[in-house]
Amino acid sequence: MIRYIVRRLIAVAGILLVICGITFVIFYVLPADPATLACGRACTPERIAEIQHQLGLDRPIYQQFFDYVVGIFAGRTFGTGEAAVQCPFPCLGFSYQNNLPVWSLLMDRLPVSASIAIGAAALWLLVGLGAGVISALRKGSLWDRGAMVVALSGVSLPVYFTALVLLYVFYIRLELIPYPEFVNPFTDPAGWISAMILPWITLAFLFSAMYARLTRAGMLDTMAENYVRTARAKGLPERTVVVKHGMRAALTPVITIFGIDLGQLLGGALITETVFGMPGVGQLAYQAIGTIDQPVIMGVTLFAAFFIVFANLIVDILYAVLDPRVRYT
Amino acid sequence: MAVPVGVPERQAPGPTTAAAGGRVEGRSLPQMAWRRLRRDRAAMAGLGVVSALVLIAIFAPVLTWLNGYSPTQFNPGAIDPALGGVPKGPLGGIGAEHWLGVEPKSGRDIFSRLVYGARVSLLISVGATGVAVVLGTVFGIVAGYVGGWADAVIGRTMDVLLSFPSLIFMIALVAMLPNANRPLLLIVVIGFFGWSYVGRIVRGQTISLAQREFVEAARALGASTRYIVFRELLPNLAGPILVVATLTIPTYIAVEAALSFLGVGVKPPTPSWGQMLSDAVDWYQVIPSYFVLPGLCLFITVLSFNLLGDGLRDAIEPRGDGS
Repeated sequence: MIRYIVRRLIAVAGILLVICGITFVIFYVLPADPATLACGRACTPERIAEIQHQLGLDRPIYQQFFDYVVGIFAGRTFGTGEAAVQCPFPCLGFSYQNNLPVWSLLMDRLPVSASIAIGAAALWLLVGLGAGVISALRKGSLWDRGAMVVALSGVSLPVYFTALVLLYVFYIRLELIPYPEFVNPFTDPAGWISAMILPWITLAFLFSAMYARLTRAGMLDTMAENYVRTARAKGLPERTVVVKHGMRAALTPVITIFGIDLGQLLGGALITETVFGMPGVGQLAYQAIGTIDQPVIMGVTLFAAFFIVFANLIVDILYAVLDPRVRYT
Repeated sequence: MAVPVGVPERQAPGPTTAAAGGRVEGRSLPQMAWRRLRRDRAAMAGLGVVSALVLIAIFAPVLTWLNGYSPTQFNPGAIDPALGGVPKGPLGGIGAEHWLGVEPKSGRDIFSRLVYGARVSLLISVGATGVAVVLGTVFGIVAGYVGGWADAVIGRTMDVLLSFPSLIFMIALVAMLPNANRPLLLIVVIGFFGWSYVGRIVRGQTISLAQREFVEAARALGASTRYIVFRELLPNLAGPILVVATLTIPTYIAVEAALSFLGVGVKPPTPSWGQMLSDAVDWYQVIPSYFVLPGLCLFITVLSFNLLGDGLRDAIEPRGDGS
């Protein structure tokens, strides 16, 4: 098990390094000269050369990449002498727009994205898994058919459309809730919930639908297994059969997907954040792309990839706990 | 709590046993799948809507000619400049003249824009699906059939692609690349980031097929790799690939709409549903029909493809319990 985790950690590092490399090549080589962008208006050739030197852009590309990766782990110093700027661990560079460290920008935005992701995830697990299990146990019933029609509609609705409909109905027409904004959950929990509820419902509607479909299919498969029949035959209470024999096996694939989805959302729910004007990581990415702010784009991409890859790893390890058939070497 | 005992329910006898009493007729797999599909009312409804959409997209010029307004034509007469360019008449100007109303400010005809939007949506999603399916099939078969280092390289590549925050990347790429031909660029970018999903499925199917007796028999008889791939593997992969492709189209429709919604999809004045929704954000309080119409178009289109895809999957890979 330890060996497996170590091996996977090395693979994770490898994947992140490759993603870092590809992102670097695309965003540093492809578009306009970053120094010109960083310089802004009223720019002289000397000033550009100076900035290029300051950012290390006059060095060979592989050297730049090496500096970037080393900077993440050890921090780095831009420029020399008087003009030297210290960028501490974990250094992802500075925004061209406002010269703030990318890492602190990300840390400012993370609570917003995490609030959206965690609230929505709690909601969709409850609704999605619940609806899926009940549908599977009452296959063909009115509830099952109704739930599956709703679920199929749910997976077909784009989030920005759901968001607009919800805003129109609950904010404009019924005036039930305030316009969504980020509220600190620790100082004002009630305000946090009422301000975040629309983004949560928007995301949870889509994901609940997906999870209900997955859970139902998984439960139908496992409940038809021989070992479930055996469990019933030996007289176990139905509740034990459903929960311990059925759900445990049926939910493992769902957990896998949950890890990936949650990881992806922690790295920024780009569309949801943009529609509701939530200052999360996704919105940061969107704004950075609009202004071609390369260090920020790089930072967000890596940050998001980190969450996805790491969530994958945790899920794989959890697998062994949930499913005794899985053993790692 | 009473729970039905988990005896696998049998579906109505399938077409293979339908000839009860008579002679057993031979039917090909596609014929059987088609028969199963025809009984699936939801899937047939999906197929109906999808066909209608394809016709609408093809005959978009005819439809707008009937309507009398081109999708890019400004109609200042249909809006009220005194009220900031709000369409004249109720419900965003819906009426005999403009069937689904007009856009605020520009007065462009919404029906015409929706019809042309269907073109953009289908063109890009089907094109990108084509790219993803071709790449996914080629790499999936190579990984699954050749194995060894090829499998390792392709497998790792797919891992990396699946871990990519692809939406951020697509937005950045489309925003930064020179945009001579946006639809083509979108097709390539969306397809490139999507092929690993197809690749994984094809790889898995190929591995299990390659171990089957008929492939072994062909190999024992001295068949070339080329023969095995094109005559033994591909025909058996066609079903799963068709299912994945049908279910990939709606996700790409949503991706294209999302990109257009975020302002990096097709460029105005070419109409796209996502772009219309994005324009409607500023007006959703005043003219709800402006965002509801493109939203409904997207919803119905994606839903129909999903229904068709689900039906195809059940028809091509039937499972005993009919779930």
